[in-house]
Amino acid sequence: MDGKVNLEPILEELDAASALEELEQVTRTLRDTLAIDHIVYHWVDSAGDQYGCTTYPQPWVDRYLLQNYHRIDPVILGCFQRFHPVDWKRLDWSGKVARAFLKDAMEHGIGNQGYSIPIRGPNGQFALFTVNHTCDDTVWSDFTSTYSRDLILIAHYFNRKALEFEANRQPEFSRTLSPREVDAMTLLALGYNRAQVAHSLSISEHTLRVYIESARFKLGALNTTHAIATAMSRGLIVV
Amino acid sequence: MLRYLYADELYQFPKLARSMFLDRADQFKTRLGWDVQINETGEERDRYDDLNPLYVIWEEPDGTHGGSMRFLPTTGPVMINDVFGHLTGGSPICSPLIWEVTRFCLSRRASSVVAGAIMLSGGEVMDGFGLTHIAGVFDDRMIRIYRLIGASPEILGSEGEGRNRVYVGLWPYSSADCERVAARAGVSRDLSRMWFNAAFAKGGQLRKLRSA
Repeated sequence: MDGKVNLEPILEELDAASALEELEQVTRTLRDTLAIDHIVYHWVDSAGDQYGCTTYPQPWVDRYLLQNYHRIDPVILGCFQRFHPVDWKRLDWSGKVARAFLKDAMEHGIGNQGYSIPIRGPNGQFALFTVNHTCDDTVWSDFTSTYSRDLILIAHYFNRKALEFEANRQPEFSRTLSPREVDAMTLLALGYNRAQVAHSLSISEHTLRVYIESARFKLGALNTTHAIATAMSRGLIVV
Repeated sequence: MLRYLYADELYQFPKLARSMFLDRADQFKTRLGWDVQINETGEERDRYDDLNPLYVIWEEPDGTHGGSMRFLPTTGPVMINDVFGHLTGGSPICSPLIWEVTRFCLSRRASSVVAGAIMLSGGEVMDGFGLTHIAGVFDDRMIRIYRLIGASPEILGSEGEGRNRVYVGLWPYSSADCERVAARAGVSRDLSRMWFNAAFAKGGQLRKLRSA
């Protein structure tokens, strides 16, 4: 897990996915790229129905569902109704039920370290995106501090994709760029620096940064360069 | 001390929660004359309080509220987009790495430490949860307070005049800003981190179990 790997190709794969099976393939690619044990995208709706994709071994998935473990899983309980990312070490594993659950999970090949990102979707929708690995605390804390922002963005991109698969869903917000965002991205694509772009648009650099940030999120990108490339390839900006 | 509590945890601190909502009524309705709703029990609450926001609350030694503010992620409903969207140039602020803070409130009894300690919590939240920015809506009076605290925001837009002038602003994460705010407030970074960790690190049990 040394250095930082390029996750952009995975986002392109994610963007192109049109069914749950393809999302599952993306979790495998992401796991292999990050060189960690597991990735889980887990959606629990208000009726208790579950949905998602994971690289967890099938026997563990089956057992989890059979035992209704989502009712006692400290990760679910600790993240439900929350919006901050949670390191598993910070959860309450002290109860007898939680300890037995953890033992069972580890016997099924689940790693000892986890980092879970809760996502609040529209109309009470709730999902969790988790990365899981077997290593010591120091290695894990290096990993999470290197990748936390990327993982938070990827978690939301996964959820956005999963929501797209839902039948009869209205898109939560437009993913087309606003005219100001188009202007900003076009000028950046032309090679202007931020100060020049801000000056051309008669806005402050702070305001420009917000435009770039919101455009990046709409485009499902991890950084500005990637956002510009995506906007160009989709024909949203013409240079 | 500072407490970080989601709305669904407030019931564990009834005195703290009650006095926070009363102080909000006192600040926003009585003192500032804002158009806010006060319920039949005298508390100021709005629809964002129903979205299970995260509050950071200064607790006085007697268990009452000294000051507070409220966090929500900009990926969901937030004031900067719902109410003040026209002030950010027609492009909503929407990113899981930007959270909104609103209802920055200080009780009449609050000491000079409280405002700084609350602002510092914004830094702890950004640092601890990987955020790039905090965004907020505030009035003219707060500009001066933020400057005194050592945490002046970047202004994105404003409207209105004088006392009624409203601003939308951003605080980018910077550890230097955190140190400055901490120094001015007279609260050490270690103490501030300890409050943060006390709220968000419930366990340590996983480690114990592994070594058992």
